[in-house]
Amino acid sequence: MTDAGRAGLHIAVAAALAVAAVLVLPGALELFALINATVWAAMALLALSLAFAWGAGGILCFGQTAFFGLGGYAYAVAGINFGDGALAVLPALTVATLAAAALGWVMFYGRVGDVYMGVITLTVTLILFKFANSTAGEQWRIGAAALGGFNGIPQTPPLNWPGDPANPLTPEQVFVVAVLCLFGCYAAVKLVLLTRFGRVAVAIKENELRAELLGYDVRAHRLGVFTIGGAMAGLAGVVFANCVFVSPSMFSLAYAGQVVIWVLVGGVGTYVGPMAACVALQALASWAGTVPGFDPNLLLGGVLLAAVLAVPRGLLPTAQDLLGRLRPSRRRPAEPKIAPAE
Amino acid sequence: MDLALAVGLQVLTGVAVLVIVSLGLAVVFGMMRVINLAHGEFMMLGAFAAVLATGAGLSLWVAMLLVAPVAVGLFGLVVERLVIRRLYGRMVDTMLATWGLSLALVGGMTMLAGNSVSGVSAPLGSVAVGGFRTSGYELFLIGAAVALSLGVWVALRFTRWGLVARGTMQDAETASALGVAPDRVYAVTFAAGAALSGLAGALLAPLSGVVPTMGAAYIARAFITVITGGAAILAGTLSASGLLGTVSTLGTFLSTPVLGEVAMLVVAVVLLRLLPRGITGRVLRRAL
Repeated sequence: MTDAGRAGLHIAVAAALAVAAVLVLPGALELFALINATVWAAMALLALSLAFAWGAGGILCFGQTAFFGLGGYAYAVAGINFGDGALAVLPALTVATLAAAALGWVMFYGRVGDVYMGVITLTVTLILFKFANSTAGEQWRIGAAALGGFNGIPQTPPLNWPGDPANPLTPEQVFVVAVLCLFGCYAAVKLVLLTRFGRVAVAIKENELRAELLGYDVRAHRLGVFTIGGAMAGLAGVVFANCVFVSPSMFSLAYAGQVVIWVLVGGVGTYVGPMAACVALQALASWAGTVPGFDPNLLLGGVLLAAVLAVPRGLLPTAQDLLGRLRPSRRRPAEPKIAPAE
Repeated sequence: MDLALAVGLQVLTGVAVLVIVSLGLAVVFGMMRVINLAHGEFMMLGAFAAVLATGAGLSLWVAMLLVAPVAVGLFGLVVERLVIRRLYGRMVDTMLATWGLSLALVGGMTMLAGNSVSGVSAPLGSVAVGGFRTSGYELFLIGAAVALSLGVWVALRFTRWGLVARGTMQDAETASALGVAPDRVYAVTFAAGAALSGLAGALLAPLSGVVPTMGAAYIARAFITVITGGAAILAGTLSASGLLGTVSTLGTFLSTPVLGEVAMLVVAVVLLRLLPRGITGRVLRRAL
């Protein structure tokens, strides 16, 4: 099967799943469970955004939550000022995209090494966390929107039909929007990987020096991948703001850590893996949260440690390997090796 | 004049805190190329060790200067044995594994100690500086930063252990051909770095209060300092602390603590854009 054919198949399967989710879940789930499912869809989108930056671009971004939170905050601020949630989506995506582009420019054009990149991105999200936490009080407002410090912005406006601010979306409709965003971004990722740009990005990830010597602009391609990832994280923030509300915890170390865990456990270089790991681990964490006296961080940390030590390539590639070994008759293309970065 | 003196003291304290916070991380990173994302939690463990030891009736000084580093050093030895050792040469995996460790430590400690702030009160009272009064403990921290830096320098430069360790980090194979066991050198170095982190946590406990999540407050600053400093352990940490501590303290003085920290981050990012290998990647390259 050609690459395009395989991507088409994946997108078709994803479309079928998305349609099934949209048709079945709103009727089958209770309201609370449905809102939870929307949150998980937003988180899966966040996981997908990092899976793209890390898997396609080889960019170790530990602070994907920076763009997630910025998207959410920009959405809330713009929504309150415009009084119209639909109009706020574009500014939110713009802010997240520009932030990713600016940070990416500093890192890639400064030729910062990949480990430093992880630390810098993590630091950026932690600083945003502190900054957002300190914005309590009247002097911290943008237009009509008070940033609210530790409490965030509880009056984050819901999405509405474009041009009809008096008619906000119901939780069922927000769920549909979330699933459509997730599917759309998945399809976009698959399609981008088929383009020349996507192929060059993967080539750079596989061997940066070789790609550069062949004349490709490593910095520009990395910047492009990182910016797309940032925009997707911003979209995830918008969806998240619609089912919860924006608060500094969107920037927090716990969230930043979880995203990395999802991608690593699911498998760097795959896209379904991180999304599936995201949903599975969220379910696990919310179950662990109900056990009295147990701290979910312990579980998450344990999972991350175990994943790095036992299945460093992630569950999906490992499972594919095992399947391939069980069926030796079918010739499989060699898995792209995820080389440990220097 | 008094004001200048007071601000100068504040700047020195800010720099000293950065040095104390970063030194353990810098030793582990500079010597072993291991980025320990659980550094903040090692500090947290040190702070808890000090609190528990004072609770058990030990004097605060013994608890801070002896119990905390020894306890966390031993813990570091265990971590090196169980986790880090399996991941040498895989820098990114080490980072991820230590991050997992950090989350697990926060979670475990929250279960054990609860989410409330415990603490020790700062000793030494206050000291008059001109027309102002400053806390004697801050002066002590400046002294501690100087002593720690000197200690690391002497240990690396003048002791047999320092020589062996530096040699092993440069070329483990040759070192092992000369009869050194690299495994043991790695283990001891990591434990020494962990002990420095634990000591840092205990030293800062009187200023910050002790909670399981306190590590997150320091880790960003420690990393940005170490990375801005570059590969040289002491020269890098000292120069970066000097620069960033000054920026952050002056920013704090002129506006708010958060903006001080933001200013520090901006300076660090701009600096890394200009010197991607840190300050000592360009100057003082052969320094320790």
